[in-house]
Amino acid sequence: MLIGWKRLLRSWQLYALFLPPLLYIIIFKYVPMYGAQIAFKEFSVTKGISGSPWAGFDQFERFFRSHEFWRLLRNTFSISLYTLIASFPFPILLALGLNYVKNRRFKNTVQMVTYAPYFISLVVLVGLMLQFLDPRTGLINSILGWFGLGPYHFMAEASWFQSIYVWSHIWQNVGFSCIIFLAALSSIDPALHEAAVMDGATKVQRMRHIDIPGIMPIAVILLILNTGQLLETGFEKILLMQNALNLRSSEVIDTYVYKVGLVSQAMNFSYATAIGLFKAVIGFVLLLLVNQLAKKLKQESLW
Amino acid sequence: MVKGDEGMRKSAMRESGSDRVFTVVNYVLLSVFLIMVLYPLIYVVSASFSSSSAVISGKVWLWPVEPTLEGYRAVFKNAMVAKGFMNTLLYTVAGTAINLVLSVMAAYPLSRKDFRGRGVFMLLFVFTMLFNGGLIPTYLLVKDLGMMDTVWSMLIPGALSVWNVIIMRTYFQTTIPNELLEASQLDGCSDIRFLRSVVMPLSGPILAVIALFYAVGHWNQYFNAMIYLKSSDLYPLQLVLRDILVQNEINIEMLGDAKTAAARQGLRELLKYSLIVVTSVPLLIVYPFVQKFFVKGVMIGSLKG
Repeated sequence: MLIGWKRLLRSWQLYALFLPPLLYIIIFKYVPMYGAQIAFKEFSVTKGISGSPWAGFDQFERFFRSHEFWRLLRNTFSISLYTLIASFPFPILLALGLNYVKNRRFKNTVQMVTYAPYFISLVVLVGLMLQFLDPRTGLINSILGWFGLGPYHFMAEASWFQSIYVWSHIWQNVGFSCIIFLAALSSIDPALHEAAVMDGATKVQRMRHIDIPGIMPIAVILLILNTGQLLETGFEKILLMQNALNLRSSEVIDTYVYKVGLVSQAMNFSYATAIGLFKAVIGFVLLLLVNQLAKKLKQESLW
Repeated sequence: MVKGDEGMRKSAMRESGSDRVFTVVNYVLLSVFLIMVLYPLIYVVSASFSSSSAVISGKVWLWPVEPTLEGYRAVFKNAMVAKGFMNTLLYTVAGTAINLVLSVMAAYPLSRKDFRGRGVFMLLFVFTMLFNGGLIPTYLLVKDLGMMDTVWSMLIPGALSVWNVIIMRTYFQTTIPNELLEASQLDGCSDIRFLRSVVMPLSGPILAVIALFYAVGHWNQYFNAMIYLKSSDLYPLQLVLRDILVQNEINIEMLGDAKTAAARQGLRELLKYSLIVVTSVPLLIVYPFVQKFFVKGVMIGSLKG
């Protein structure tokens, strides 16, 4: 016991270091969790968080009954599922292709260029999309015009919204996501490739029987982990892309929380918090399930 | 690795027919891909240097047409853009400094095996990645703290990313040999001194990566600014940009020189391209220098995850 205290005292400097970040986490992460109780209350600014009267599950019931509920759920899931599935193969294909490039300069150029969009801000990205997709002055419509098509008002069509969102996401992230697969490929034992070459295997065969099985475990685990984020739509980007005409397919839970809580005339903190909490709880359960699954798979691939 | 390269070089010498086809197809596909990513970027730069009439009539394809600097002139004349640029610079530099200091302060103790209670602390930190109070309670907290419409609301609420702390902790654990700590403890070196004069000098790469991630976050941030800031004097560049690029709100003053409606329309579009270039260039200049570091950072992050 005494020795324990002595050790603790000796490392007081570590605790002193750790105190500010700990305080930060408590104040900026745990206090809002405490504040989330207003989801079960009729919050009024004058009475404060603890002083406001309890309202039970009223806010949640209101949300489940509202005509927005199913639309938000459908949009949230379809945008994130679409993103998940469509963006899965491209980083892998890019990594597989780059892995067989012998020309160093070409390889470096491709890598450097494809990573770059990751650093472009969402505001700039959406600005770019608006410029390119503009019905009168946009590049895409000029190209379509050559073939006698269009002009299309892409951003004003609800049916285009999700595709534009997903493919611009892929454009921005494919290079960055491919880094991890490139690393996985470089950790494959070179002896496997040498043996295959000795046996007269072609590159396509080596790719199919050595590279793809080699990166599959990591690909599957990433895919599973990403399904844990299924409710996390890139809402800051969606918010920028939204307009009155595409709202039907672009309104997701997060953008709705923002509007109900902070934008609408009748700001309703309790209702918005309840919707946010509903999402956070489902997201939490999903993450736990998915992590469990990933752990199991990781162990299986290890043994 | 070296061995693998050698093997591949050997195989290149006696590349079979199907392998040659594969190589050609591979290079073609990658080139197509390269162009698809690169073309929009080139187009924006070229458009920003072209004349406004060339831009709206769709004459710009690859290189600037009738090159001018009128777009840039309009951008730099705008007081909001200049102000926003300075604000963003402040938020990025000060914010990243705070981020780095706090992250090291969190990550180093968590990396020490003899740090009592680190399991509990770690759980406390990681739990915030799985669950959060949500937008509205956080907003109310910032309001209650009196940070609304102040510089602090841009620096403090996002002062620490748990994800980055975990990456940094993993780096400390794997690269700082335990023997070093034991030896300096025998010499009576304190923990803070050890951190300052041994750990920090050995952690250049990870500090560069984490600083880059934080700095990019600050530079590109618009949402917090949108909800926490009211006075336009404090607006970061991204918020100014959002008004111009996305909301299409452009001051008539900015288009001062243009006489006719058509010329105004042209300058309006040109201005957007120039703005995009001006905003993105600072990051794209820094990026090649840190590129090799962040590949490492991503790898450390994924080792853990």
